[in-house]
Amino acid sequence: MRILVDNPGMFTTIQDLGRPGHGLDGVSRAGAADSQALKIGNQILGNAPNTPGLEMTLLGGTFTFPEGAQIALTGGKPAAHQINKLIELKPGETLRVGGLETGARCYLCVRGGIDVPLVAGSASTHVLSGLGPPPLRKGDELRIGPPQGEPIGEVTPPEYRKQIRVTEGPQADLFDTEIFYQSEYTVTAGSNRMGLRLEGPPLASHDSQMVTEGVPLGAIQIPANGQPIILFVDQQTTGGYPKVANVITADLPSVAQLRPHDRIRFQKTVSKTNLI
Amino acid sequence: MFRYASDQSLYLDAAPEATNLHALLHIPGVVNIHPAYESTLIVFDPELTTHEAIQQAVLTLPPKPPGAQPTRHEIPIHYDGPDLPNVAQLHSISIERVIELHANAEYKVAFLGFVPGFAYLKGLPELLKTPRLSSPRKSVPAGSLGIAGAQTGIYPISTPGGWQLIGRTEVTLFNPANTPMSLLQTGDTVKFIPV
Repeated sequence: MRILVDNPGMFTTIQDLGRPGHGLDGVSRAGAADSQALKIGNQILGNAPNTPGLEMTLLGGTFTFPEGAQIALTGGKPAAHQINKLIELKPGETLRVGGLETGARCYLCVRGGIDVPLVAGSASTHVLSGLGPPPLRKGDELRIGPPQGEPIGEVTPPEYRKQIRVTEGPQADLFDTEIFYQSEYTVTAGSNRMGLRLEGPPLASHDSQMVTEGVPLGAIQIPANGQPIILFVDQQTTGGYPKVANVITADLPSVAQLRPHDRIRFQKTVSKTNLI
Repeated sequence: MFRYASDQSLYLDAAPEATNLHALLHIPGVVNIHPAYESTLIVFDPELTTHEAIQQAVLTLPPKPPGAQPTRHEIPIHYDGPDLPNVAQLHSISIERVIELHANAEYKVAFLGFVPGFAYLKGLPELLKTPRLSSPRKSVPAGSLGIAGAQTGIYPISTPGGWQLIGRTEVTLFNPANTPMSLLQTGDTVKFIPV
C-alpha cells in the first residue's frame, strides 16, 4: 500500500518519537513537535506509539492513496476535516488536507504507519543534520507498513493552551522576571522546529557572561537583544545564552501548536524537587 | 553538585572528562545527555523516573574506567581562511606566525554541541584568543576551521556562524552512517597539520 505526495504543502516531514541518546554527537532528539498528537493518531489506528506519521505545517498537503487506507488527522485542525477520529479512504481517493484553522501542525497517521528505513533507530527528519528522510517533495511515493493492532476509532481531543506553564530557568536570577511573567509575547514568523522566536518587552540581563552548558527541550533563552527563544525539538544541544525559564513537559504540545502572530503568556509553576 | 534544569532534566555540575558519560546514559529512564565545559545535562523520561532517583543513581555510579587512552586525530588543514589576515592584524603578528601557533598546539575535545558533530576544542594558545565576528556569517561552509575566544573548532556542516575562519579541511567530521556519527569524541586529542 502506498501514499503518493501530490503536494507536500509548506513543510511536511516524516516523524516518530525521535532519536534519543545522541547528545554526545551533538545531535538533538527531533521527533514529532507535538508528540501527544502523533501518539493519539497512532492510538486511534491501533499502531504502536512510536509509529512514523506525517507532520504537516500550517498549510496541510495533498495525498493520494492508490490502494486506500485507514487514517487519522490529529493536532492542529484543518478547516475541511474532522480530527481525532478514524477516516476510511477508498482505493484511489485523494485527501486534500488544506490550511489549518487552529494550531500549527497537523499529523497524518495511517494504519500500519509510514514504512521508511530507520536512521540511528528513528524515522524522524532532523533538518539541521540531514538525519532521516528529507522533507517531502511533490511526486514522492511512500510505503505503508503492515497493520499492527485493532483501531479504536476515536479519542477525546487534548486542550491546547496559550498560557504556557514554566519552571524557573537556571539563570532566572539574572533577569527582572516580573516583566517576563506579566508581559504578552508574540510568536514571530522566524519560528521553526529548532526554536520559537518571540517578540515582546525585552528582558535586560544583569550579566550575560556564562559558561556554555547543555540546553533542555523547552528552555527559554534570552540572547543579547532580550527577546526570548523557546528551544524546540530540532534544538541545538548546548548554548551560551542565559535561560530564564523552561516550559513544563505537559505544555510542550501547546508550544508545538503555536502559529506566527499568536500571543502567549508565561505562568510560573513551582517544582517540588529536592536537589543535593 | 546537581542543579534543576527542567521537569525532565537536571545538571550534574562536574567536568565531563571526570564523568563516566556512557554509564550516565545507561541509568534507567535516562534518554539523553548533553555534556559541556563544566557540566552535563541529564535528560530523563518523567514517566519512568524522577530527579531524586537520577541523583541517587549518579552518586552510586562506578568511576570512569582508568587507563583508556584517548584517540588522537591528525587533521590536515589548508590555512587560507577569510579571517586569517584580520586575526594576524588583531594580534600584531604575521599570518605565518598565526598558522605556526595554531598548528603547533595540541587540542582536547571538551564536548560536542551547537550542531551535530561540532567539537569544542580546548588548548588554543593564549596569544590567539580572538573575539567572535561582530556580525555572524549567514552561512559558513562545511569543513571551515574557526576560532572564538579561547576555543577553536571545525564546522562539520554548513550553518550560520560567528567564529573567525582561519582554514578548512576536507575531512568528514559528521556522517550519520558511522558509529559514532561524529569523528571527534569528548576527550579525544587533535593536532592540525598544515597542507
